[in-house]
Amino acid sequence: MAPIETYNDKVVRLFLFASAVWGIIGMLIGMYAAAELAWPALNLGVPYLTFSRLRPDHTFGVIFAFGGSALMGTCYYVVQRTGHTRLALPHLAEATFWGWQLVCVLAMATMPFGITQSKEYAEPEWFIDILIAIVWVGFGTVFFATLARRRIRHIYVANWYYGAFIIAVGLLHIVNNVAVPVSLFKSYPVYSGAVDAMVQWWYGHNAVAFFLTAGFLGMMYYFVPRQAQQPLWSYRFSIVNFWALISVYMWAGSHHLLYTALPDWVQSVGMAFSLVLLMPSWGSAANGLFTFNGSWHKVKTDPAAKFMVIALVFYAASTFEGSMMAIKTVNSLSHYTDWTVAHVHSGSLGWVAMITIGSLYAMAPRALGRPAMHSIKGMEWHFWLHFIGTLCYIVAMWIAGVTEGMMWRATGVDGALLYSFLDSLIAAHPWYILRWFGGVLIWLGMWVMAWNLWVTAADARQTIISPVPVPIPEPEPLQMPRPLPAHG
Amino acid sequence: MAYRHFEFIEKHSWALGIATAVMVSLGGLAEITPLFVEANKLQPTADMKPYDPLRLAGRDVYVREGCYLCHTQMVRTLRFETQRYGAYSTASESAYDRPHQWGSKRTGPDLARVGGKYSDDWQRVHLMDPREVVPESNMPSYRWLSLALVDGQDLQARMRVLRKLGDPYTDEDIKNAPKVVAGRTELDALVAYLQGLGVDNVPKPAAAASAAADAGGKS
Repeated sequence: MAPIETYNDKVVRLFLFASAVWGIIGMLIGMYAAAELAWPALNLGVPYLTFSRLRPDHTFGVIFAFGGSALMGTCYYVVQRTGHTRLALPHLAEATFWGWQLVCVLAMATMPFGITQSKEYAEPEWFIDILIAIVWVGFGTVFFATLARRRIRHIYVANWYYGAFIIAVGLLHIVNNVAVPVSLFKSYPVYSGAVDAMVQWWYGHNAVAFFLTAGFLGMMYYFVPRQAQQPLWSYRFSIVNFWALISVYMWAGSHHLLYTALPDWVQSVGMAFSLVLLMPSWGSAANGLFTFNGSWHKVKTDPAAKFMVIALVFYAASTFEGSMMAIKTVNSLSHYTDWTVAHVHSGSLGWVAMITIGSLYAMAPRALGRPAMHSIKGMEWHFWLHFIGTLCYIVAMWIAGVTEGMMWRATGVDGALLYSFLDSLIAAHPWYILRWFGGVLIWLGMWVMAWNLWVTAADARQTIISPVPVPIPEPEPLQMPRPLPAHG
Repeated sequence: MAYRHFEFIEKHSWALGIATAVMVSLGGLAEITPLFVEANKLQPTADMKPYDPLRLAGRDVYVREGCYLCHTQMVRTLRFETQRYGAYSTASESAYDRPHQWGSKRTGPDLARVGGKYSDDWQRVHLMDPREVVPESNMPSYRWLSLALVDGQDLQARMRVLRKLGDPYTDEDIKNAPKVVAGRTELDALVAYLQGLGVDNVPKPAAAASAAADAGGKS
C-alpha cells in the first residue's frame, strides 16, 4: 500500500481565519460609513474617517478581503475533496494566502489616505493592482495544477465555477486597471471618459458576475449537497446553467449606463441580455433549492442549512430584481438612488454573505478536526441577527430609493419640478438610520461567528488534530458515472 | 452535440479552461470592441482644451477624496433630469477625464452642470462646512483642503504623463504650471474645477451643432 496521502487543510484554516477577521473589519467600516450618512459630523473633521474615503475601504474589505479569503479557502478545500487528491504546489498555495493578505492590508491601509484610482470597485492604486495580478496567477496555478492531478476523472461542477471565477476575474482585473503611474501613489488610467466608463462597468458588472456569483455558486454546488446529504438535484441542469451564465453575464454590463452618453445600441443589448440572464440565475437557485428535497427537515435543526436555503432564496430574489432594474423604464426610476444600494446588499448580505457563512459553518468543523461547530445555539443566534439585520437594511433602502426616484421625477400640473434635491435627502434620512441599525445587527452576528469559530478551533490551535487522509478511489471502471436514462 | 462529446470537456481540465475562457470573452468582444474603436475616434472638439493646471489639480483632489461616491457627473437623457440640472451630458465632454467621474449614486446632486451655479465663496464655505449653508445636508466637511498647498512639481509630473496619454499640453503649459498654482490651496483648486464643470468642458454651441450633424450623417 502506498504511503497515506492527507488533505492540505492548513492553508484552508488560514483562509477561514482571515475571512472571519476581514468580515468583522469590513462590516465595521460599512457600519461606520452608514452612520456618517445619517450623522455627518461623525467624520470628526478627520480626512481618513470621511465617508468618501471609507466607502472604498468597506467595499474592498467585504468583497475582496472577506469574500476573497472565503472563496480562496473554500476553493482549496473543494478542489481537494472533489478530486480526491492533495493540493498541488503547497508552498505556492501558502504564498497565495500571505500574498492575498498583503494585498488586502495594503489596499485597506492606503485608500483612507486618498491613495486611490477612484474607479469603483477597483480603487487600489497601480502597485497593489500588480500584486493582485501576481497572487491571482499563483492562485490559478495551484487550482489548475490540483485539478490536473485529481483521481476522479469527472470534474465536479463546483470546480467549473471556481475555474471560471479565476479566469474571468484575472481577465477583468488586468484589462480594467491598465494605467500609467505618475508616482508610487498616483496613476492615470489609459482610458478616458466614455471608454473608461465602458471598461469600468464591463469590469464592475462582471466582478459581480464572476467574483460575487460564479465563485459563490462554486461554493454552493459543493456545500449545499454536502449539507443536505442529497445528490445535486440535476447535474445536467447545472451544465446548461453554467454555460449560459458565464456567456450571458459578460454582455449585460452596459445596463449600468442606461440613458447616459453611451451609444444607444449598447444600452439596449445590455438590457436584453440582462433579461435573458434571469434564466440561468433562477436555474442555479432552483437547482440548489431542489437539492434540499427530502432533507427539508434539516432547515429546522441545522443553522448552516438554514443559511444556505435563505441564501438561495435571496439569490433568486436579487437576480430577479437585477433583471427588472436593467429594464430602461425601471432603471430611469431606480438608477442613482438608494434602490441600487438595496439591490447590492440583498445580493451581498442575502446571497453572498449567507452562502459564505453557511459554507464556513459546514467546512470549519471538518477542517478543524471537530465533529461539529462548538455551539449550535450560537449559529442560530447568528442566523437571526444576520437575517433580521439584512431585512432592516434592504427594506430601509428600498423605501428610501423609491422615494428618491419618485421625488426626483415628480412634476406639477405646470410641468415644473415639485421637489428640490434636498427634499429627497430629508425624506431618506430616517431610513438611513434604520439601515445603520440593520448593519449593527449583522456586525454583532459576525462576532458570534468569530467566537464560535475560535472555540471550535481550540484543538487546531494546539495542533493536536490529525490530518484527514485522502480516500483513494476505486480503480477506473467503477467510477464511471451512471449511464443517463434514455429519455433524459 | 451528444452527451459523450460534452463529457470530453468534463474530463479534461485544459479543455474546460479553454472553453470557459472563450465563452466569457464573447460578450466583451462583441460589445466593447466596436465601442472601443468608435470611442477612440471620438476626439474632443477643437475648442475644448485640456484642464488648465489649477483645475487639473482640483480634479485630482476630487478624484482623491472620492466625490464620485455621492455625486454623479452625468445628466441622463430624461426630461426631469435636464429640467433639474441642464443639458444632458455628451460623450465628448469627458474626453479628458482620467478616470471618468460619471458616478453611480446620488446622495448629493449631479455636478455635471454645477459650474457658475453658486459663487466661489459659497463653494468655499460649503466645502469647509456644508451645514453652514445647507443645514440639512449630510455631506462631510472637507476643511483640510484649505490647509494643503498644490504641489507644482508634482503637477508637472502629472501633466507630462497626461501628455504621454494624448492630452495636448505644450512645453510652455507644463513649464508655467508651478507659477500658475503657486500659493493656491487644494480648496482653491477644487473650487476652480467645480466652477468649470459644464462650462469649460462642454463643446461650444456651434461646434456641438456641427458634431451632431456629423453623427447624424453617419447613422
